[in-house]
Amino acid sequence: MSKDGPTKQIPRILAIASGGGHWVQLLRLRPAWKGARVTYVSVRKAYASDVPGERFMAINDATRWDKVGLIKMAFRLAWIMVRVRPNVVVSTGAAPGYFAIRLGKILGARTIWLDSIANVEEISMTGTLVKDHATLWLTQWPHLAAAEGPQCHGSVL
Amino acid sequence: MSRERAVIFVTVGAQMAFDRMVRAVDEWAEKCGRSDVFAQIGPTDYTPRHIEHVGFLEPPQFAERAREASVIVAHAGMGSIITALTLGKPILVMPRRGDLRETRNDHQVATAKRLSELGKVAVAMDERELVERLGRLDELRATGAIGPFAQDSLLAAIRGVVFPGTTDSH
Repeated sequence: MSKDGPTKQIPRILAIASGGGHWVQLLRLRPAWKGARVTYVSVRKAYASDVPGERFMAINDATRWDKVGLIKMAFRLAWIMVRVRPNVVVSTGAAPGYFAIRLGKILGARTIWLDSIANVEEISMTGTLVKDHATLWLTQWPHLAAAEGPQCHGSVL
Repeated sequence: MSRERAVIFVTVGAQMAFDRMVRAVDEWAEKCGRSDVFAQIGPTDYTPRHIEHVGFLEPPQFAERAREASVIVAHAGMGSIITALTLGKPILVMPRRGDLRETRNDHQVATAKRLSELGKVAVAMDERELVERLGRLDELRATGAIGPFAQDSLLAAIRGVVFPGTTDSH
């Protein structure tokens, strides 16, 4: 509704990743949304200490084999996203990022997927699944970039 | 703090155990009489007998252990690797293998090889190589600490979508 509103409006960002390397990579992107209103979402409450003074929400963790966990994750995330109403969703993976990009697209947000630098040989499964739903679909490895996507603009290192 | 300063910090990441690596380090520590190893070993029934160890570390404690270490020995996970690179610590990684169900596939093998070619990490492909590299740890060199953020080109590309209309990249 207001997604194409005046550009002077401060955008609301949902920055989301699962644990470990995905979260560490997301943190290295922070300057890209400096000046925006950001909400961080990840899978461990303790990660709040990585973004002091910022809004942080924890959801449950789940892998692709844990159907119940995935459904729970999707619903929790939907609830968060309806409240946050992000203009932009950005994720470095994996399952939480997949749901956030899909929900974000439905809610009219611009969506950014940065595939983890750990995916050296091919784009991750979740990365492949969000291809058609990401405004910006990125790999960190030049040799994986292709004309039809993903693009490569550098890495988190 | 009364605990001895750990010189070698071993970590398997927060998600899964990696007994094959921890056991190799434990046996090496016994053989060489090393008492300066601290390991974060994940959820496992295996109990190392010769190195100080813990299952999990919260992020601040993890960062502290990494800062105190002179060398980091880790699975080839990006969390561990980026932590070491950010602190400018030399890191020796051993990739988890998909066929041994240590992770879902062999992506760590590919990551380790590629990052080692770029000179970012030292790699031991298996336990034998790990013990061999541990035997000449002083040869490990850090490449110099990397900055806290991603490459400018990547940040600019993302920023262009976050704040549309503020860049003229198209």
